[in-house]
Amino acid sequence: MGVRRTAEQVLALAPDEASRRAGSGLGTARSWSGAGTDGGAVWGRCEGDGPMPYRTVVDTTGPACSCTCPSRKSPCEHALGLLLLWAADEAAVPAADGPPDWAADRLPALRAGAAGAARRAEGGAPADPEAARRRAERRAARVTAGAEELERRLADLVRGGLAAAGQRGYGPWEETAARMVDAQAPGLAGRARELGAIPGSGPGWPVRLLEECALTHLLDRAWLAGDRLPAGLAATVRTRVGLPSVPGGTAGRDRWLVLAQYDTGDGRLTTRRIWLHGTDSGRTALLLSFGAGGRAPALALPVGAVVAGELTPHAGAGQLRAEPGEPLVPVGGPAGPPPGGPVGAALDAYGRALREDPWLDSWPVTLGRVVPARAEYGWQLADADGREALPLTGADRARPGLWRLLALSGGAPVTVFGECGHRGFTPLAAWSPDLPAETVPLL
Amino acid sequence: MPTSEAPSAASRPVPAWEELVTSALLGTDRRPPPGTRGAAAAGALLDAAARQALRRRAGLRPGPAAALPERAPDDPRPPLPEAARRRLDRLLAGRAAPAPPGGRRGTAPDLAELLPQWLAMADERGYKAPPASLPALLDAARARTDLRPRALALAGPRGLWLARLNPEWRFALRGGGAGGSLPDPGDAEAVRELWEEGLFAERVALLGAVRAKDPAAGRELLAAGWAGERAEDRLMFLDSLRAGLSAADEEFLEAALADRSRNVRATAAELLSALPGSALAARMAARAVTCVGLDRTLFVPTVVVEAPHECDEEMRRDGVVAVPPAGRGERSWWLGQLVEAAPLSCWPARFGGRTPEEVVALPVADDWRAELHAAWCRAAVRQRDAGWSRALLGDPSTPPATGPGTSSLGERAQLLTMLAAEERARWVAAFVAAHGLSEAFQLLGVCAVPWAEPLGDAVIDALDAARDAGGYPWSFSGVMGLAERCLSPAAARRLESLAALPEPEDTSPGAGAYWSEAFQRLVATLDLRARMRAELD
Repeated sequence: MGVRRTAEQVLALAPDEASRRAGSGLGTARSWSGAGTDGGAVWGRCEGDGPMPYRTVVDTTGPACSCTCPSRKSPCEHALGLLLLWAADEAAVPAADGPPDWAADRLPALRAGAAGAARRAEGGAPADPEAARRRAERRAARVTAGAEELERRLADLVRGGLAAAGQRGYGPWEETAARMVDAQAPGLAGRARELGAIPGSGPGWPVRLLEECALTHLLDRAWLAGDRLPAGLAATVRTRVGLPSVPGGTAGRDRWLVLAQYDTGDGRLTTRRIWLHGTDSGRTALLLSFGAGGRAPALALPVGAVVAGELTPHAGAGQLRAEPGEPLVPVGGPAGPPPGGPVGAALDAYGRALREDPWLDSWPVTLGRVVPARAEYGWQLADADGREALPLTGADRARPGLWRLLALSGGAPVTVFGECGHRGFTPLAAWSPDLPAETVPLL
Repeated sequence: MPTSEAPSAASRPVPAWEELVTSALLGTDRRPPPGTRGAAAAGALLDAAARQALRRRAGLRPGPAAALPERAPDDPRPPLPEAARRRLDRLLAGRAAPAPPGGRRGTAPDLAELLPQWLAMADERGYKAPPASLPALLDAARARTDLRPRALALAGPRGLWLARLNPEWRFALRGGGAGGSLPDPGDAEAVRELWEEGLFAERVALLGAVRAKDPAAGRELLAAGWAGERAEDRLMFLDSLRAGLSAADEEFLEAALADRSRNVRATAAELLSALPGSALAARMAARAVTCVGLDRTLFVPTVVVEAPHECDEEMRRDGVVAVPPAGRGERSWWLGQLVEAAPLSCWPARFGGRTPEEVVALPVADDWRAELHAAWCRAAVRQRDAGWSRALLGDPSTPPATGPGTSSLGERAQLLTMLAAEERARWVAAFVAAHGLSEAFQLLGVCAVPWAEPLGDAVIDALDAARDAGGYPWSFSGVMGLAERCLSPAAARRLESLAALPEPEDTSPGAGAYWSEAFQRLVATLDLRARMRAELD
């Protein structure tokens, strides 16, 4: 059963600013005819520039949508407009017993598509177990060859000295990364690419390069140790190397507060991270969604909303990633922030998490009663007693969020959720004591 | 150091991190880590470095906290209602969004143009901005100076607190934005101190604040150190007397007529002439009536003009500029200045007790009409005289080129601002009904928002007529934009039927779709404005 979203939640689904604009313009009753809903789906005809109206139907549990317009964006402006109309004016989208035939015809495919999209993104469910096993073995052998080659490359680097490597530049590492892609080990390829970038990353690079080389070496060794690792760590290593991660733990149902949603990536692949906090269980979960070729990732949740549903954690020690077994539905009802602690406890939590997964760059934590303050090196979050503080990471994309955080605090203690790691703390969401039910996104 | 026990892999002491970094930088071939040799050295170094790197990360401790910032002052104003808070975020986000490709505006309301109206409504109701929206609000005010006063008022003390932390928002701390740091105009000692020691911008702001509260106190503040001020500062300070100008200022202004600076003298004269009871106004009246009179010997009584033959020392002292701009005759230039500065009350007596309407209707001999009426228009605006403004505007249905007063739409708009809001709207409505929209833009711009009903109806009728006449909506984009911002939301119901009207057969090809789109946007914007207002109440 779908739940009516607010206009803001609908706009958060838009793949880009142009769609948001166009969709907003279509969210009026006069753009639509024959609009209706049966609770699970919304449909309507939108008068476009052409002679035929576009026919739009949205499965609100997904949301997944289908429209006769030529737009390749998903959701298209018409689907957004229809959802906006429903959000703004319930009377304009009257309840009906069932969709008209043209909409009913398209709903099954839509619902199957929404459920299958997540699985397809992970490589699909195997049809023939024997063939799948042979494929997996062949892939493991190629990864092993890749890991061995990367080990030789690291040994050569350390024998010749990092100083000499710094002068050779980025080229050799780009080549190594390409060979890791050939070895079907995207995790190793990513690490190789990062190693190549470190010598140009400013003062102190030799220390960072040695750290990352050593941890890459640790990952190679862990992969090559294979069967001798405990099952949990072995699953973590597989994920880090870049083999598909699969949901494997016990599913848990909860009401989840959406803490943050942000995208990273290059032009080819957009990775969306969504942090959730289980308001009953207290668990933290990470949803990942991918969009290829400039398309927006399929999954979108509005920050600050509470959604209900079942999440299945991925296998592997210390993994927070989870997969929704069914679409998460907004249930409304504001929720306060997760319980927060002092900055020292946040670093302790990161330290503990490294025991399970030594390759973690950061760990999600909530800081309670902290104040943003300006230190000589930049901004930090300090405990309200003014004794200890964590530096904020200096990512440029975090700048607008920093000002929002400062405005929210006004020099007084606030609660902040973010990622805490060896580079510092990246704030993602904040709450002021005046409005604890209002999640302020910082990215 | 080896111990007496047999070393095992787990208990072998790990070399210190610095040693490992040195080995790695120079290469293990040259500098193997302690206890290793040859080809195995590289692997051993990486093993040891992995353990040390993890130790370093797992053992990270917080650093010392810097001095905590001063707390933002409390803002006792009520917070915005929930829906209005979300609306503000949408308006601010819409401002930053790029224009749609191709420049076609579509049917969506233009959010950037609604922001000023929203800010004005929110300020009138005394709300404070939600803290999380302050950065976007300050960014908007930085980009558009016309938003600054309203945006900074809404941002309040926390906005100023925040602006001090980001150099990009320094504008908020200047001028009016520094209102928080100005002393109370009633605190004579603090006022005196800032007046004597403050920076120029602070002093201008202070003078404005004091003058607004107590015009006499402002003038006295200014008079105290007048002679010691620099000429350009004197000009700025004198200009601030415009607010709250009254007969009590005459003495000070009269003295300023003898100022060393010509610009200061001219400004003083201009201010004095806006005081119809001043001695300067009386001197100007005496000069003007000798130049303009009535010839009753003609069949139709006619105004005759004899422009001054010279600009003497006395005239110059009273602010008359002797040298005309290029291309203008000096006698008509002098006449214009005399008539402009003479109190309008001197003319009915000069013309046998005629009313302003009757005076304006008199024929003028020898092509002096345009010159004389233009000067009266300037005088009516300067002296804020509604009766003369009404007379000079004439009947709205008369074509502008043949009417009295001025044919300049800008000057007419100025005259209109002298009338009460309701009369102004009625006059412009009648003008639009008679002449359409092509010359109405500036006149519409001075009407009170939202437009009164007769004016709104006239504009809608005129747009409808323009469509039927085969025009394209972009020819009226200026008026359309104004209508979106200024029409009363109640007009939406009338427009709905227009937006849905079937395309007349004789319109230009394709124009119907554009008109329908333009009307839809107009309706959508009015809907949105009505919702914006409802959300704030």
